[in-house]
Amino acid sequence: MTTAAETLPSRARVSFASRAWRFVARHSLTVYALLVVGYLMLPIVVVILFSFNHPTGRFNYVWHKFTFDNWIHWNAVLGIQGAVEKSLEVATLATLVATALGTGIALAIVRHRFVGRGATNVLVFLPLSTPEIVLGSSLLALFLNDQNTIQLGFWTIFIAHVMFIISFVVVTVKARLIGFDRHLEEAAMDLGANEWTTFQKVTLPLIAPAILAAALLGFALSIDDFVITYLNAGPVQTFPIFVWGIARVAVPPQVNVVASAIFLVAIALGLANVFWQYRAARSSRGGS
Amino acid sequence: MLWLAIFFLVPMVFLGYQSLQSGLFPHFQFTWEFSNFSSALSGYHTQLIRSFVYAGIATLACLVLAYPLAYWIAFRAGPWRNLFLLFIVAPFFVTYLVRTLAWLNILADDGPVVRVLRDIHVLGPDGRLLATTFAVVAGITYNFLPFMALPLYVSLEQIDPRLLEASKDLYASSTQAFLRVTVPLSMPGIVAGTLLTFIPAAGDFINAALLGTPNQAMIGNVIQAKFLDSLDYPTAASLSFILMATILVLLLIYARIVGSEKLTG
Repeated sequence: MTTAAETLPSRARVSFASRAWRFVARHSLTVYALLVVGYLMLPIVVVILFSFNHPTGRFNYVWHKFTFDNWIHWNAVLGIQGAVEKSLEVATLATLVATALGTGIALAIVRHRFVGRGATNVLVFLPLSTPEIVLGSSLLALFLNDQNTIQLGFWTIFIAHVMFIISFVVVTVKARLIGFDRHLEEAAMDLGANEWTTFQKVTLPLIAPAILAAALLGFALSIDDFVITYLNAGPVQTFPIFVWGIARVAVPPQVNVVASAIFLVAIALGLANVFWQYRAARSSRGGS
Repeated sequence: MLWLAIFFLVPMVFLGYQSLQSGLFPHFQFTWEFSNFSSALSGYHTQLIRSFVYAGIATLACLVLAYPLAYWIAFRAGPWRNLFLLFIVAPFFVTYLVRTLAWLNILADDGPVVRVLRDIHVLGPDGRLLATTFAVVAGITYNFLPFMALPLYVSLEQIDPRLLEASKDLYASSTQAFLRVTVPLSMPGIVAGTLLTFIPAAGDFINAALLGTPNQAMIGNVIQAKFLDSLDYPTAASLSFILMATILVLLLIYARIVGSEKLTG
């Protein structure tokens, strides 16, 4: 396997000393990079490890004994199951709606020149460049303005989530649309397809990977979000809010179980993707 | 499609408008109460400044940690690139709160890190890491590291290795090649990464709440407490407006320094 660095031709005039120095430099870089990866992985390992802990006190901070009990009785803690279900509900609904809307906005921004196009672009970018606390509190201010008609709860969380997911969807889908070959659509039209058929049979399948990626990202963001949700949740508990509430009293290992489970599902999807890309890369190399 | 856009442009505009205006529309009564701003500023400027200092340190730490990592993945990792990219985003898959709580485990008073540091006398016998500024900044650094690493990787990966080769042919040492070719070419990534790290870090309150004490409270903690605990909406709204305005000003200064085309591109 040749890496980019190795393909650089080494000059003959490079002395032995500087070659030795480069050897050290190269490997120290590798060590450093792996250390940073280790830093990134450390808390994850801790989370998963402590999901198997049998804690002595109320706090799950000190390793005591290995057990599977937490995984078997993951919903033994009052409120955790409801919170997880609520999180999944919000994430699913918000992702579906935000993905549909976001794709529409992305198509409109890339394909059509309309009044306020620039403004839309800025508007989409705004939530991405604003601290969550500001987003959350501005929404809360809006909801509080009209307390008679708006009850904080499931639907305010839903509105908040749709709002911040849309931006991510638009950015992701837009990137794909910009690199899109419009000749394909023209060809479909030349072959007698109308606009809707072309969209369905040509455009949609081609941007489907981006839409899927956007939806997955949105789902992950929604499930993980605490700040915005916390401000707009009212009495409703999603999983992060449940954790926040319980963290002041006691952290049961079941919290780690749920977090590990979410992590493992996500990482499995990610690994599958890596594997698939790796195979695709290999087969294309083999073919050429 | 156009129809769809217009249909959703209106509520989006409304939302954006509201989010910008909220600071001026206290829930109680709208009286152009600008004193909210001055009293909020005089009461909480410590937390505000602290937020930006913490976010600044964390952003720098992220850059120092992430740049070599991104460089290594882009140029040295070969076929393992995608796997390491997955490692970078892996923390996102663990609920934010839970991964911050994991740092409680790691930095706990009778945990391994503190014990080792006490043994080698970096910390005194009663020294602790939790509830210190260090813990809060380290937590922020950890949580926003991927935001720094990913844009860095994207911009480094696009650099044509032949450019580095050319610079070597022109008798540049590897240090020179790195400083005069690699770093300038990765500038867009550095800019994007610092923004993506700094902005959310400045508004963060989870790390300060879980890993710190009220002495480490950041502006996010104040806003959150004002909204939900003391129900002081006007102050909370003006504080969050101030936070946003300060960030915008910092952004503009930053844009001046690095050039505005790099900020948007």
